Amino acid sequence: MGSRASRLLREEEIEEIKKETGFSHSQITRLYSRFTSLDKGENGTLSREDFQRIPELAINPLGDRIINAFFPEGYFVLVIFREDQVNFRGFMRTLAHFRPIEDNEKNKNPATEPLNSRTNKLLFAFRLYDLDRDDKISRDELLQVLRMMVGVNISDEQLGSIADRTIQEADTNGDSCISFNEFIKVLEKVDVEQKMSIRFLH
Amino acid sequence: MLNIMPSIVLGLSIPISAWFTLLCLFIIVPAVLGGCFSIRSLYLRTLLKIFEWATLRMEMRAKEKNQQLYKTHTNGIIAKESPASLQQEIRGSASCLCSDHEFDMADIFYFCRRGVESIVDDEVTKRFSAQELESWNLLTRSNYNFHHINMRLTLLWGLGLLTRYGILLPLRVTLAVTGISLFLFLTTLVGFLPNAAFSLFCTVSMCLICRENKPKNGGICVANHTTPIDVIILASDRCYSLVGQMHRGLLGMIQRGMVKSSPHIWFDRSEVKDRHLVAKRLSDHVADKTKQPILIFPEGTCINNTSVMMFKKGSFEIGCTIYPVAIKYDPRFGDAFWNSSKCGLVWYLLSMMSSWAIVCSVWYLPPMNREEGEDAVQFANRVKAAIAARGGLVDLIWDGGLKRAKVNNAFKEGLQKLYSKSLISSSFLILILISNFSRSCT
Repeated sequence: MGSRASRLLREEEIEEIKKETGFSHSQITRLYSRFTSLDKGENGTLSREDFQRIPELAINPLGDRIINAFFPEGYFVLVIFREDQVNFRGFMRTLAHFRPIEDNEKNKNPATEPLNSRTNKLLFAFRLYDLDRDDKISRDELLQVLRMMVGVNISDEQLGSIADRTIQEADTNGDSCISFNEFIKVLEKVDVEQKMSIRFLH
Repeated sequence: MLNIMPSIVLGLSIPISAWFTLLCLFIIVPAVLGGCFSIRSLYLRTLLKIFEWATLRMEMRAKEKNQQLYKTHTNGIIAKESPASLQQEIRGSASCLCSDHEFDMADIFYFCRRGVESIVDDEVTKRFSAQELESWNLLTRSNYNFHHINMRLTLLWGLGLLTRYGILLPLRVTLAVTGISLFLFLTTLVGFLPNAAFSLFCTVSMCLICRENKPKNGGICVANHTTPIDVIILASDRCYSLVGQMHRGLLGMIQRGMVKSSPHIWFDRSEVKDRHLVAKRLSDHVADKTKQPILIFPEGTCINNTSVMMFKKGSFEIGCTIYPVAIKYDPRFGDAFWNSSKCGLVWYLLSMMSSWAIVCSVWYLPPMNREEGEDAVQFANRVKAAIAARGGLVDLIWDGGLKRAKVNNAFKEGLQKLYSKSLISSSFLILILISNFSRSCT
């Protein structure tokens, strides 16, 4: 409670985050308060352990994948690695994917797509499957996610046939993998805006 | 030089003895006799008016400067819909719950959204830190907008600081020291009214509602736990037997003193692990109808008084009458929650004594017994629900031990099982059909 903000959020930072993510001023300050309460080490960044301390996230079957989505990627020579800390900007950028799509935003800035557009929401979900970031969901990657969701309750063969059937239905170019465009096509009838949005209070 | 000393001592002794006389007359005697509520309620009403004024000034100042004031998120950061069950969400609507469902790549949306919702606002982690207040109560520790304070507010805050640290704190420390010494002295002589000594510890405004269900002998009293002061508050109304570990030092002395005057159940460190031993001692105590009721806090740890967390089933297995008590503190005058990871006991007591007041409401609920066919866990949940309903607290199934420990994997496995159930019925049938078909073709 009281020791939140070992440093306060400056007005310029709030403005920048507002422009980038579309959150309102009060939403940003409230989310900053939440960020600092999760930050047990009080160093202005969150680590994986800070996320895993949330019980409701720890029991979520896809908890680890969701936590991964918060940590930005980096490049070191030819190896893709994940950084171990996320700062408040990165935190807000990821959360911005879950803002509901509002009508008056549609034509504001046609040059860059807002973070919470339908395509970006789908990209977020696609990246939960696609662990190695090669822009394709292979059979193995699909199996991994399926296994996380069902635990020990379904046998390997059954899971395998579910995965095969899913790829068969989605794959249009015959490479036994699901690309991002094929992913979008499969989900075109699904109400992504509603399922991947969280109503933030003002 | 030596001649001045006696005169100084004499000079000082008059104000000190005057101070003690006033203390006795106006605080100790009424506290022992249990009276004097009107002064306290006047004091509290005045404080509330001042707090509202202070908050209004800050809001006006923020408007003048055209800046935003930090608004507490007492209503939550996000609007969570009533938790739709996994089945409903995945199958699309409640009407086709019986229709088959095949795995869809969109199934992850449910887990994904629930996961991010819990990152933004979860039910558990916020229970282990102090509650945020709507209006400022002139304590630095609960202020988030200090750059909006103007001259008048600063003056008021300074006055408040002086009052709290100059008058209230020394007063309460004196009372505490007097109380503890009196208690230790008296209990070494004879078992003599430990109640009175407890009620001297700090200026507690109590509002006892529903006195008719006060716990009787031969039962167990359970209550929600926010702070060690809970014990003092309940004990000032009637005597209880406490259960706990034997400590060393000052606390150990107090514990030994308590045992001389009334039967308490203190365990050595080694005995605590033995659940059967604990249960046996509890049931022996309860079986003896002449002994006081036992006071137990089944949550096992301090929670911040906005919710009631899982009750440990140990005390509900014994099979005697349970007297539930709901305790709710008013957070506006001073936060009573002891965050043991943030500060130790002494610091906590000091900050308690320098708050405006501790105001709490205590409800005695009608006694409950275990019903036919109900096991200890269900009984515990029933009692918990009754306490939460009465005290206006949120009823949670989560374990208070999550403050320090990791969550049990069984919950995750439960969710996985639930999801598998919605898949297996349809896919399995299809697989059988396909395999039968392919076999019949060859």
